[in-house]
Amino acid sequence: MLATTTATAIAIRDLTVAYHDRAVLWDVDLDIPAGVLMAIVGPNGAGKTTLIKAILGLVPVVAGEVRIEGRPLAEVRRRVAYVPQRGSVDWDFPTSVLDVVMMGRYGALGWIRRPGRRERDAALAALEQVGMRDFAGRQISQLSGGQQQRVFLARALVQDAAIYLMDEPFQGVDATTERTIVGLLRELRSAGKTVVVVHHDLQTVPEYFDWVTLLNVRMIASGPVDAVFTPELLRRTYGGHIAFLGQDDGGLAAVAGGGA
Amino acid sequence: MALPELFHDLLFDYTLRTVALGAAILGCVSGTLGSYAVLRRQSLLGDAISHAALPGIALAFLLTGSKAPLVLVLGAAAAGWLGTLLVMGVVRTTRVKFDSALGIILSVFFGVGLVLLTFIQKRPDATQAGLDRFLFGQAATLLAHDVVTMAALGGLALLTMLLFWKELKLLSFDPEFGSTLGFPIRALDVLLTTLLVVAIVVGLQTVGVVLMSALVVAPAAAARQWTNRLGVMVALAGSFGALAGVSGAVLSSSAARLPTGPLIVLCASALVLLSLCLAPNRGIVWNALRQRRNRRRLQVDGEAIP
Repeated sequence: MLATTTATAIAIRDLTVAYHDRAVLWDVDLDIPAGVLMAIVGPNGAGKTTLIKAILGLVPVVAGEVRIEGRPLAEVRRRVAYVPQRGSVDWDFPTSVLDVVMMGRYGALGWIRRPGRRERDAALAALEQVGMRDFAGRQISQLSGGQQQRVFLARALVQDAAIYLMDEPFQGVDATTERTIVGLLRELRSAGKTVVVVHHDLQTVPEYFDWVTLLNVRMIASGPVDAVFTPELLRRTYGGHIAFLGQDDGGLAAVAGGGA
Repeated sequence: MALPELFHDLLFDYTLRTVALGAAILGCVSGTLGSYAVLRRQSLLGDAISHAALPGIALAFLLTGSKAPLVLVLGAAAAGWLGTLLVMGVVRTTRVKFDSALGIILSVFFGVGLVLLTFIQKRPDATQAGLDRFLFGQAATLLAHDVVTMAALGGLALLTMLLFWKELKLLSFDPEFGSTLGFPIRALDVLLTTLLVVAIVVGLQTVGVVLMSALVVAPAAAARQWTNRLGVMVALAGSFGALAGVSGAVLSSSAARLPTGPLIVLCASALVLLSLCLAPNRGIVWNALRQRRNRRRLQVDGEAIP
């Protein structure tokens, strides 16, 4: 096997983000190596979504800086794709599945130019990849939650980026969609992409991901799942509100509990 | 009035032709651009813009002493635009929510406008300024060159919308995603709002600041009922707006000499009512029929569901 590259996809230094007078992220330092499939886990209000939004420049930062492949985001936007939480848009908007997926090409198209045949073909190929080819002409209000999620994934796929940032893609989806997403994440990793996923389900972390960041306003730990996903560190992340279930076949299963 | 006579008047009666054309333009422009306000759940933004325009009209008159429509419209646009930027600024920098910010700015600007208007009317030296026609609109005062101004302003706004079609769609559907693609979302927001300001000041003289927002919301709300495509919805909203404008103008000219602005608004509301009831898929009648059909099918298939 070739020596793994030590390139850093995303470097975060001293990042602090606050909403009004409450700190949501405090002095976060984090290096995400290129080519990893990484989960960000932590309790509610830990700043997981905010971390992704800060990387994308969507929230104002109080202090610190983010570099993508060693450069400021503005210079490498085209190399970063974003899958927002699907609840963040109005699914009753009058538009079709194909139209939404083509929006992923708008950045490459630039100002004023309209999407054409190439964009259409790219969008159809991406829909095929997420098993939604037959839904291309469908009005988006007619989709189930899982289908909405897959449309958002297809929109990120047509961006043809090097780094994928996904905010809770597994949230409330059906089994088919969950399988599709897992397959897609593995395809992206084998294609050498860096994938960062905000994730809620602790039990599936070791199965789905090879890298993990534990976050609770501050950075608790980040590294390979084997090294970082330990009861001790999870307890520190969740502040004791955690129960560990049966640990068959050496794997670790944990659920975040308690907390009103 | 008989139909042939009506068409004759529409074509050859100067006043009616001018008013109907003006009303069609203002309805088309505000209906088209109102689609975005409705889709972005900012329907009341139109209300804030039109009310905020009033002090601009009064100030423009006080500063220039001119009652020329273009001067007053520019004043209206400046004040409406300023009011909207203030709403956006308040939402961005404080904890005040959009609807509250809207309410505050709307009433402050409108209040100032009413005070200035009263001040102007009570000035001993000034002849009755007649600016109060901007409160409820006065279509009969429309002249041919007013209509040309309206068409030029409105046409410019619509062309800009078509040019930035893709960007405005992105802004309306998923602004955060648009921002990650590198589009300056805040600038696009200001652009779209500016277009809405233009649409509103185009109609102020005819419909008035109090009712103008109805022509931003009603045609778009009616159009949304009939289609699931943005392009069709925007075109339909423009057509509904124009239809309401012409119908209102014609109704007000026939017999009773009723006020044009309110009649245009009532025509637009009638279109909304019709659409809410009759539109396929979304309409009330359609849904009732579908439910009855389903119930009957269930009765045939098996036992009746009470």
